[in-house]
Amino acid sequence: MIAPAAPAPSVALERDSSGAAVVRIGGDWRLRHGMPATASVERALQIAAARSIRLDASGVGRWDSSLVSFIVRLEEYCRAHEIESARDALPDGLARMIALAQAVPERRDARAIAARPPLLDRVGAAALEKFAGIGDFTEFLGEASIALGRMCAGRARFRGSDLLEAIQDCGASALGIVTLISYLVGVILAFMGAIQLQQFGAAIYVADLVAIGMVREMGAMMTGIIMSGRTGAAFAARLGTMKVTQEIDALATMGIPPMEFLTAPRLAALVLMMPLLCLYADLVGILGGATVGYSMLGLSLNTYLHESSNAILTATFVGGLVKSVVYGVLIALAGCYEGFRCGNSSSAVGDAATRAVVESIVAIVVACGAFAVLFHILDI
Amino acid sequence: MATNPNPAPRAAERPVHIEVRDLTMAFGSFVLMRDLNFAVRRGEIFIIMGGSGCGKSTLLRHLIGLIEPAAGEVLYEGRNFTTAAVEDREAMLRQFGVLYQGGALWSSMTLAENIGLPLGEFTDLAPDEIRQIASLKLALVGLKGFEDYYPSQISGGMQKRAGLARAIALDPAVLFLDEPSAGLDPVTSRLLDELILELRDSLGATIVVVTHELASIFTIGDNSIFLDAETRTMGALGNPRELRDHSANPGVRRFLTRGASLLETAPKDG
Ligand SMILES: Nc1ncnc2c1ncn2[C@@H]1O[C@H](COP(=O)(O)OP(=O)(O)OP(=O)(O)O)[C@@H](O)[C@H]1O
Ligand SMILES: [Mg+2]
Repeated sequence: MIAPAAPAPSVALERDSSGAAVVRIGGDWRLRHGMPATASVERALQIAAARSIRLDASGVGRWDSSLVSFIVRLEEYCRAHEIESARDALPDGLARMIALAQAVPERRDARAIAARPPLLDRVGAAALEKFAGIGDFTEFLGEASIALGRMCAGRARFRGSDLLEAIQDCGASALGIVTLISYLVGVILAFMGAIQLQQFGAAIYVADLVAIGMVREMGAMMTGIIMSGRTGAAFAARLGTMKVTQEIDALATMGIPPMEFLTAPRLAALVLMMPLLCLYADLVGILGGATVGYSMLGLSLNTYLHESSNAILTATFVGGLVKSVVYGVLIALAGCYEGFRCGNSSSAVGDAATRAVVESIVAIVVACGAFAVLFHILDI
Repeated sequence: MATNPNPAPRAAERPVHIEVRDLTMAFGSFVLMRDLNFAVRRGEIFIIMGGSGCGKSTLLRHLIGLIEPAAGEVLYEGRNFTTAAVEDREAMLRQFGVLYQGGALWSSMTLAENIGLPLGEFTDLAPDEIRQIASLKLALVGLKGFEDYYPSQISGGMQKRAGLARAIALDPAVLFLDEPSAGLDPVTSRLLDELILELRDSLGATIVVVTHELASIFTIGDNSIFLDAETRTMGALGNPRELRDHSANPGVRRFLTRGASLLETAPKDG
């Protein structure tokens, strides 16, 4: 199908025989092919200082909403500048479309709400919001503690299947990535240690280094960081989406406390699974170290594991597990908190997930520092 | 066309725009509707009706290619949409405007941005012209002044109308509307009906509407299909006013008279 070349849309301001101003509109008006700017007509009207104009659309061929928009805008301009405008030879449908566009008057108060406040206002509002955030978080912490308390007492309202699903999600499903990362961390620790310790002929102490490093710090820390990226973000995104689609409101109005129903199973799942994952990570990390010990330092597997098990004290071991539980709590709290205070749009869900990950990683590192001081004081 | 036994006289000579041949819709082994055959003529308002859950939205999703048919095909202007290559399909899709049942506005954009996005992608308009067109489209659905609102800041019915404004952003040749007047007051609903008629008359758009509103069906419908949930295929095809008065299918008459024929035979219970 070959269409004849469409005449471009045209607008011209002319004087007719009686000297009155006429805006002549012609050509094909297609949205997809662009439209003449109203500004040039407005300028021409200013220069001509016309007090009244006539719109003549007799030269118009095919038209669509670009022409409707043009005429609506032009007539608005005329009204604002007290120029009388009359329509002449407007296609029937065009006049009806314009009438439809003007059928519902603009809501005057509408624009006020959407207006952007000045900079100082926004800075102030942002600061106040931050302060309010602290209060919000405290409140959330309180509610979450109560929910957890009720859960321990067996009185919390949530579905058993939700708990099992959360357990699977932050337990078994995470094994793959935890294996990979902890193995590599074990290898890296051993490798770094080996280069230094070999110089002193103390290669066997690589086993001690890796064992203590993994059990005391890295096992818990790496699982924590993996889980905040994996599970914390998922919690925030899931709860945030529920917020956007009003699912949380639906729970609340039905008399089911969302905090218990949604936070408790997630918190419990992480508290249960984090120490197990951490234990597993310790083990895999030590195996990673053993790989280096065996292949690079020529230590037998037996010697390596024996040396490792001698290096690990019960207190260190338990300390690592306690840490992992605390990290689990931090991840669950950050994820659920950000999910609950998520905004109302799809981008807010993304922001909530990002904030949940950032906050839980920061919290984990800070907690790690606090534990170091505490363990030092307690002499563990 | 043999598939159109009851054409409105005025529309009879118009060329066929959308043609559906032996369409079967299924989810896995669950067959929702089978053997749908109908044609929509250019510049016609075609109504899809049927009980809740019978597959109206699903049929719409088949027509716009969001779901592949289990069998059968959909043709636009004689060109096969179902088997078209990706580029051809995209070119056809660009002629469509769709209003989804839930509005489906992009929640992180203002209304003006929602409408401006397709304009910015597919036209050469300058930003202030895009804004101007967006304002016009919002005015057409009675939302003048709400350009800078986010979807979460307006009511459900307003979201629906904003969705319609976005669907007509590019003056599409084919417009698919899933329950445009659901949740609207009668006056606004009338306004939308007028807009739909005007889009057909002035811009020559072909419009496919899913709706339950009887008033709307009789005001705007040129032609219609009734999906029968019991027989799992089309129960009737034709002009809705004629179907109401003359359809052989009692289910269709019941639907179009709000169950009046059901009450005639069933005992009244207070
Ligand atoms: N993705 C899907 N998978 C399986 N079944 C589906 C899917 N989407 C829809 N269905 C089923 O198809 C049927 C029709 O759904 P559809 O949304 O088309 O109904 P509808 O006619 O538009 O109803 P309503 O008037 O309530 O909007 C329903 O029974 C639904 O359960
Ligand atoms: Mg539907």
